[in-house]
Amino acid sequence: MTAFGVFWGIFMLIIMSGAGRALENGVMDGIRSFATNSAFFWAERTGKPYGGFQRGRRWNYTNADIELLRTNIKEIEYLSPRLFGPNSRSGDNTVRGEHTGAFNIFGDYPDYFKIDPWTPVKGRLMNQIDILYSRKICVIGERVAEIMFDEGEDPIGEYLKINGVYFQIVGVIDPHTNINIGGGRKEETIIVPFTTMQRVFNYGDRIHFFSVTSGKGTPVSIVEEKIKKLIKERHNIAPDDNQAIGSFNIEKEFVKFSGLFTGIQILTWIVGFGTLLAGIIGVSNIMLVIIKERTQEIGIQRAIGATPYTVILHIVAESVFLTVLAGYIGLTLGVGILELLNMALESGGEEIFFRHPEVSFTMAVSALTVLVVSGVFAGLIPAKKAVSIKPIDALRDEGI
Amino acid sequence: MIVLNNVHKAYVTGTNSLHVLKGVDLEIEQGEFVSIMGSSGSGKSTLLNILGILDSYEEGSYYLDGTLIKDMSEKKAANFRNELIGFVFQSFNLISFKNAVENVALPLYYQGVRRKKRNAIAMEYLERMGLAEWAGHMPNELSGGQKQRVAIARSLISKPKIILADEPTGALDTSTSYEVMEILKEINNDGITVIIVTHEHDIAAMTHKIIRLKDGTISEVIKNGDLMDFKHRYTKELETA
Repeated sequence: MTAFGVFWGIFMLIIMSGAGRALENGVMDGIRSFATNSAFFWAERTGKPYGGFQRGRRWNYTNADIELLRTNIKEIEYLSPRLFGPNSRSGDNTVRGEHTGAFNIFGDYPDYFKIDPWTPVKGRLMNQIDILYSRKICVIGERVAEIMFDEGEDPIGEYLKINGVYFQIVGVIDPHTNINIGGGRKEETIIVPFTTMQRVFNYGDRIHFFSVTSGKGTPVSIVEEKIKKLIKERHNIAPDDNQAIGSFNIEKEFVKFSGLFTGIQILTWIVGFGTLLAGIIGVSNIMLVIIKERTQEIGIQRAIGATPYTVILHIVAESVFLTVLAGYIGLTLGVGILELLNMALESGGEEIFFRHPEVSFTMAVSALTVLVVSGVFAGLIPAKKAVSIKPIDALRDEGI
Repeated sequence: MIVLNNVHKAYVTGTNSLHVLKGVDLEIEQGEFVSIMGSSGSGKSTLLNILGILDSYEEGSYYLDGTLIKDMSEKKAANFRNELIGFVFQSFNLISFKNAVENVALPLYYQGVRRKKRNAIAMEYLERMGLAEWAGHMPNELSGGQKQRVAIARSLISKPKIILADEPTGALDTSTSYEVMEILKEINNDGITVIIVTHEHDIAAMTHKIIRLKDGTISEVIKNGDLMDFKHRYTKELETA
């Protein structure tokens, strides 16, 4: 019980750190593989009158814009325009025999999969040739396959009638992340080649939305600024109009998140260290009492030849043993509880923002280092005190 | 071996200063068997502590084996104590959670001797004290005489040149006291200087030289030849008492 404070300090440190990490894992798992250097653009009504146009004008991106951006802004790594086709809110839009369903239909370029990665569960992803020949193919989310096909049926090579047009399924795909552009559940998405969608659903050369990633070493916010400037010039939008171009920079959000989790970890350490410190002071106190009780024994030892160094070494070793033992129990218990929690969460199976509570190896090692160092300090003060008593006084001490 | 010149010692407590030793001159040769006597408060224990480098002194000089012992660092003092001096105390001062062998072997531990070797040596010394079968016993399982013999074995194990005994028989009955004195005599016969502090005349009479302390100075030194006379005087004192 003497070292309960130390035990509790480490225990708290581990539990809190693990919980913080779990929160981070839960949130970050959902967005981790998403390209962090990406930004997204869409068109809004203009906010200022400019070049003879009134404010509130509607405008659109066009294929030519994309070409212009590609040729003029070298920092762009991937650029993927998108069309929002029929969506699930407007009722059933997909038919196959007796099966019908309401899904979100998007027209995309293969580059899109570089920004928001999906894995083909069956078949393949979309490729450049599909775009080039405007092939009427589609890749579908797993939920789509579930609804449109009976169990045991292979969707690959089958056809879906989307808004009256037949598309051949070439892949069933699974998203890596929870980040969702365009609403609806990601598993209920059908993606068709961008060029195909422009043609068959009469979008002309319009583009609803595009995603951009910056090349290595360039912050996406720089690319974002350049794109906005170019687009504004081209579409007669006032240079100081902040409303016309809607955009979202995921890099900024990432920085915010990282900052949040760093903050949580720092807080954990502060609280944990505080408790630990209280525990160490407790141990140091106990050691003082022990020294007091053993004054005579220490006197004897010194009379028969123990050097102050030997005495200090013994007391410090004892204190380190005490702290490390208590800390170790705290560490083990903390990790054990986290592991139990983890098991409980795993078996729960639901998608929650709290996943894999764990402590890193470095964390455990540094906690142990702190323990040893603090044990030394907790022992050093009583040891110094023990040595400062002259052996003769220690011998005379009739404490026992 | 031991040379003290005009040694002064005072205990200062707050503003009060208690002058215990007021200029002690003393010379003890290698192989002597000396007792220090005196009434309580005469400074005999203080003198012994100074001799054992357990305590410091303010004035004068103390040469031990040719080395000036003054303002010594704790580490050096510890080494001196370990190598040159063996202590025997009135209250035995055995370490209560170590058994007899471990207690005896302790000084060797501080010299860095390996456990196996030091325990073997400790067993030898216990045998010499006739305590071999008690080797594994804890101090609280031993009688007073046995404890004191363990303590003597401990003081001898580092092969010291001097044994300092502070009232070695103070806590023992007469017959046990005599046994202990026999052992100390034997040790002295091996050429080790033995200095004991005692206030018992019969114990002091067994030594070869008696130093009487009175109020912090040496009042009388009774040498070997005069011992008969001392014994005579002592019996007289008993008779009158």
